[in-house]
Amino acid sequence: MRTSNIRPGSAALVLGACGALVLSACGGGSGFGGAAKTQATGPASLSIMIGSSGAAETNAVEAAAAAWAKKSGNTAKVIVASDLGQQLGQGFAGGTPPDVFYADASRIGDFAKVGNLYPYGDQVKSANFLPSLVKTFTYKDTFQCAPKDYSTLALAINTDMWAAAGLTDADYPTDWAGLEKVAKKLTKGKVTGLVIGNDINRGGVFMRQAGGWVVSPDGKTMTADSPQNLAGLAQMKKMMAAGTLKFNTDTKPAAGWGGEAFGKGIGAMTIEGNWIRGALTKDFPKIKAKIVELPAGPAGKGTLVFSNCWGIAAKSAHQTQAVDLVKYLTSVEQQLAFAKAFGPMPSTVEGIAKFTALYPQDAAFAAGAAYGQGPVNLPGFDPVMAAFSSKMATLGKGADAKAMLADLQKNGAAAIAAG
Amino acid sequence: MAKRRTSIHGREGIAGWVFTAPAMIILGIFLFVPIVMALWVSMTNWTGNVDPFGGGPNAAFVGPDNYTALFLQDGLARSNFMQSLGNTFYYVLLVVPLQTATSLLLALIVNEKFLRGKSFFRTAFYFPSVTSSIAISTVFLFLFSNTGAVNGFLKLLGIDGPEWFSDSRGLLHMFFGLFGAGDNPAWGQGEIFGRSLWDWLSGPSVAMCVIIVLAVWTTTGTFMLMFLAALQDLPVEVDEAAMLDGVSPWQKLRLVTIPMLKPALFLVITLGIIGTWQVFDQIYVMGKGQPAGTTMTPAFLSYKTSFTSNGWGSGAAIAFVIFLIIVILTGIQRRMMREDKPAGRLRGAASRARLAQSESATATVDLAHTNSGTGPQS
Repeated sequence: MRTSNIRPGSAALVLGACGALVLSACGGGSGFGGAAKTQATGPASLSIMIGSSGAAETNAVEAAAAAWAKKSGNTAKVIVASDLGQQLGQGFAGGTPPDVFYADASRIGDFAKVGNLYPYGDQVKSANFLPSLVKTFTYKDTFQCAPKDYSTLALAINTDMWAAAGLTDADYPTDWAGLEKVAKKLTKGKVTGLVIGNDINRGGVFMRQAGGWVVSPDGKTMTADSPQNLAGLAQMKKMMAAGTLKFNTDTKPAAGWGGEAFGKGIGAMTIEGNWIRGALTKDFPKIKAKIVELPAGPAGKGTLVFSNCWGIAAKSAHQTQAVDLVKYLTSVEQQLAFAKAFGPMPSTVEGIAKFTALYPQDAAFAAGAAYGQGPVNLPGFDPVMAAFSSKMATLGKGADAKAMLADLQKNGAAAIAAG
Repeated sequence: MAKRRTSIHGREGIAGWVFTAPAMIILGIFLFVPIVMALWVSMTNWTGNVDPFGGGPNAAFVGPDNYTALFLQDGLARSNFMQSLGNTFYYVLLVVPLQTATSLLLALIVNEKFLRGKSFFRTAFYFPSVTSSIAISTVFLFLFSNTGAVNGFLKLLGIDGPEWFSDSRGLLHMFFGLFGAGDNPAWGQGEIFGRSLWDWLSGPSVAMCVIIVLAVWTTTGTFMLMFLAALQDLPVEVDEAAMLDGVSPWQKLRLVTIPMLKPALFLVITLGIIGTWQVFDQIYVMGKGQPAGTTMTPAFLSYKTSFTSNGWGSGAAIAFVIFLIIVILTGIQRRMMREDKPAGRLRGAASRARLAQSESATATVDLAHTNSGTGPQS
């Protein structure tokens, strides 16, 4: 028969024990707090967490870290994260983040707002980073971290299809009309002239070329529903209606990204960044590509810049040594070594000048830094941009551009107000 | 038979506490206390890098704000949460009946006397349940890719398969489209919790259907074993009595077997509801909410809100809302499946026990008569 499982006195005892445990957790306040972490002295053991694109990158970073460790008398360990965002979040919440880590430009606001970053930008200003990169990594007027490299978007052209359509070097598009003309000539049969990725990280170039962007340059107001942005999206819709522009998910057969559509010959041109070179060499070696700068829109040239920086954790106990490590890793020689190993472009003025001299075929990528726009780096914008990108993916199916910009404006304004 | 047992006291009582203390301490520390802590966090605006119990601007108590933002405040938090609820609602609606029916069917087949090689089939059907869900999800990514095996097979049948993981069209939307309803019709503009009726009635997207197939395929084995155990527990004489009464196999299944399987059915459906509302692994591997947020579930949204947007309070609030939904649904289901009270005035557990005892006595007597060949007594 059913008897009462727990007597009232025992129940109180169990609850009391659990309550005592909870209170003991409250008592441990000394390990946390917003005050600056006390710095350890003596030889340091630094941990560097990276999100690697492959063995080439891992080996290059490990070699650089080992060289610095030998030179400075400290030790440095490189941790390759399988999910960088999640492992960083774990490290920050647990109070033991890595000393140095890759921080994407779009995450700077989120990290800086909650105090995860140690803003050492002023200590490395002498390295003379590219101005657009300094701007990308500045949050609330503080230069947070040193950019480690960057890439921009440019127009990749399939030279065989270009020649077969009767086009020459003089026909490289320099404005929207030119782009429409060459895309039309290259669209025949199953091949679409221009195939791009279906989110703001590719479609955003049209918004920039029309003179608009998601937020104002000072990051304080939303400018999403401006007529310039609408003009940029309208240009995309115009080319989609003519059949000369398609998203990678709308082609038949669909491709995983713009580079795959380009490599498989589904698109004659695509808008991608530096990484397309490595992808073509590895997966589609038969394709011969020419990289040119994106055409200018009504407001001039526009492209997007993507970059990571060397973030230093605010909770790190070895911040001085970490800054020294970052200074070594952002030196011109070291950045050129990284460029040779796995391709990203150096982030300093001197470094990029030497890079362009060594690799003239990537000059179009390098030039993009002068007029490129970095991602929105304000806190709380990750879900806002994700929602806009999913709506933008439906642009080819007759979606309302004005409505999606209005939604972006509303959500972004709420995020700015909350931040 | 049931003499009311007096409560345990004395040395037996202390021994009982000593034996259960390790389990209670471990459960208390690693299950109960973190849940209480999470409940506290859900009522703060903790940003993840200071002591959540220490107060201050990064862990301030905000009361029910996180919960009201999910339901009442117009904004991205609410629209994402409502979309995830809608997606999971259709997911549960399809997965739970499908996996219950399929596992029951498989259990009935494997239980059949004429089936040879029972243990082989048992193992084969159970195998997907013990394989890592991440591994299965990755294989399904390849199977359902645009040029994968499934589309290849459909091409053999002359069907142009969809782009499974990029297709965000809802099944119900496509169904309405067959009847001529355009996209976003006027009758669908009413709003429930900020989401239009048309959006609520979208059905699972094509991408979500892949995950539904995966879930049914993976969990059928476990539930098949539960049904099998229950089937093998059923008294054979009741089956024989039914056959002698002249029921068809379908009637036997409907009127005799399934009512006797009610406890197992209750277990399977409850576990199914709990498991489907908490789906995470498959979403993480197969798209993380894409395309267009149609594979977003509350569990994954809670993870994303916490780890990416540093909104740990909101993430914890989402988790507790799911918990409430599961509890309510299980309660409803329990009431619906409650044993009917025996006809007449019998009430109370003791009476039911006496009734069950007398029924089993009668059945034994019947069996004895049947075995001795004198035929059932009327």
